[in-house]
Amino acid sequence: MQQLVKDTNAWACYDCGKCTATCPITRAGADYSPRRHVLAANLGHEGEVDRDPSLFACLTCSLCDSRCPAEVGYIQLVQKLRERAFDASIQPECPHGGALQSVMRMMAKGGAQQNRLTWLDDGLETAPAEGEVFLWTGCTVYYDAFFPEFGLATVAGTRAAVKLLNHLGVTPVVSPDERCCGHDLLWNGDRASFEALARHNVELVKRSGAELVVTPCAECARTWLLDYQPFLDGLKIRVQHLTEYLLERRDDLDFKNSRTSKITYQDPCRLGRHLGVTHAPREVLAAVPGVELEEMRRSGRRGACCAGGTWSNCDRFAKKIQVERLREARATGAEVLVTACPKCQVHLACAMKDPNIGKEIAIEMRDVAEVVASALV
Amino acid sequence: MTQQVSPSAKNAATSPTVFDPRIVVFACNWCSYAGADTAGVSRIQHQPHFRMIRVMCSGRIQPAFVFRAFEKGADGVLVSGCHFGDCHYIFGNERAVEQFAKTMNVVKLLGIEEGRLRLEWISAAEGGRFAEVINEFTDQVRALGPSPFAAEDAIAEIEAPEGGGCQHSDADSDSDAGGGGH
Repeated sequence: MQQLVKDTNAWACYDCGKCTATCPITRAGADYSPRRHVLAANLGHEGEVDRDPSLFACLTCSLCDSRCPAEVGYIQLVQKLRERAFDASIQPECPHGGALQSVMRMMAKGGAQQNRLTWLDDGLETAPAEGEVFLWTGCTVYYDAFFPEFGLATVAGTRAAVKLLNHLGVTPVVSPDERCCGHDLLWNGDRASFEALARHNVELVKRSGAELVVTPCAECARTWLLDYQPFLDGLKIRVQHLTEYLLERRDDLDFKNSRTSKITYQDPCRLGRHLGVTHAPREVLAAVPGVELEEMRRSGRRGACCAGGTWSNCDRFAKKIQVERLREARATGAEVLVTACPKCQVHLACAMKDPNIGKEIAIEMRDVAEVVASALV
Repeated sequence: MTQQVSPSAKNAATSPTVFDPRIVVFACNWCSYAGADTAGVSRIQHQPHFRMIRVMCSGRIQPAFVFRAFEKGADGVLVSGCHFGDCHYIFGNERAVEQFAKTMNVVKLLGIEEGRLRLEWISAAEGGRFAEVINEFTDQVRALGPSPFAAEDAIAEIEAPEGGGCQHSDADSDSDAGGGGH
């Protein structure tokens, strides 16, 4: 515990309470306090704070970290405390009965040949195993299969990502052997399954000979950039979110004139705060002719989280956060809510199913890649 | 519940070359479970390689139940309920169909053979049909061989479901804003 307090800078906490004051779920009314966890960790209350089931209520959106004057790494602390809780058989109350966790654990076990590339069209050029650029597609195809009632096509973002890379003259590797990046299991405290996935995925990219991994998913980007570091084992690769890559190669994108549409942009917590990428998606969207970006009240590093990042914290507070966020989006007058993470789409679409206020908060959603790809020549 | 050993199963148990699958059967309280009971009372012989889980209604069998069974190493999963129009809760089995479709979608993506998962309607009176379905499904799964996720300790895991995996949440009842959810 002492080492943990040192590693996460928790010892520097001076009890100001900014974390609890900014925490989205506390503000939504949950009996939750990041400060309480930090102070308990500092006091070395072994067997208490790391057995607290409320640890799993944290969205790990990192808003508290971004406000903390003492630079305490609260979400890092939560991640480690969850691992200890998990080892003591304290588990999150997973929505959907833990279905998604089971799917991810099956991928971690391996053994079956997934059928995950059903979305690849004839028009898309990809390489199955080797190439310079690896497109890390993420699990959008699973989300669409699991949430048919939302009528979403998050996989359209993945397809658009291939289209964009093809447009830039890149034939990306899209592998049928890709597995879940392990993001959710890691944040659920299941380190053993995460490590199995990390080792498999790093090996897969290593075998492809790719020097660059591009992903349209904010969570995959975070996991590859930060959490896979110890597993890279000498592998020299660059990892970029798709929007960062597009920004680098903006001059090579040929756009046609498209009709003017007003959009607003939802910063995924993983991309905006965890990785600090708020600029790239906006620049890329600005380059698209006819797109007019209207910011929401809270945007960029202050952006509100979709409140469901790790499939472990769906409750009435999460719903409240989502409804509030959608009202903000509607207030901008935008026609389309653009995001860079498929999970934001899933969770916000769920909030829109509300039978009472669904109509008030409904807004069309699309991935950044879709918006950019639809304007290509 | 009936778990009588058929002659063929006895042979299977002694011969190491025949694979005995581990099958999880979800049965609704009102029809399928009672159907299994009828099979037992009527002394109808069938293969014994399944573990039965009774639920109040087939509409309760959400994808998580099935995935959990596969994750823990089940070789096949059978979902069963009342015939259409017979549901004790009027439309529970219609929900079961929706849930099953969703489950099948993901099972296919994961690369689990479709033949390992089946939906069947068995009424309380259909003891013979229960035995028939069990025999047929067991043979089908046997032909497919062990599940890719079957671990060495899978039996222990199935029989003592502690540790690993998530507790079930009733987030729905907690949520005042409604939404899709389960």
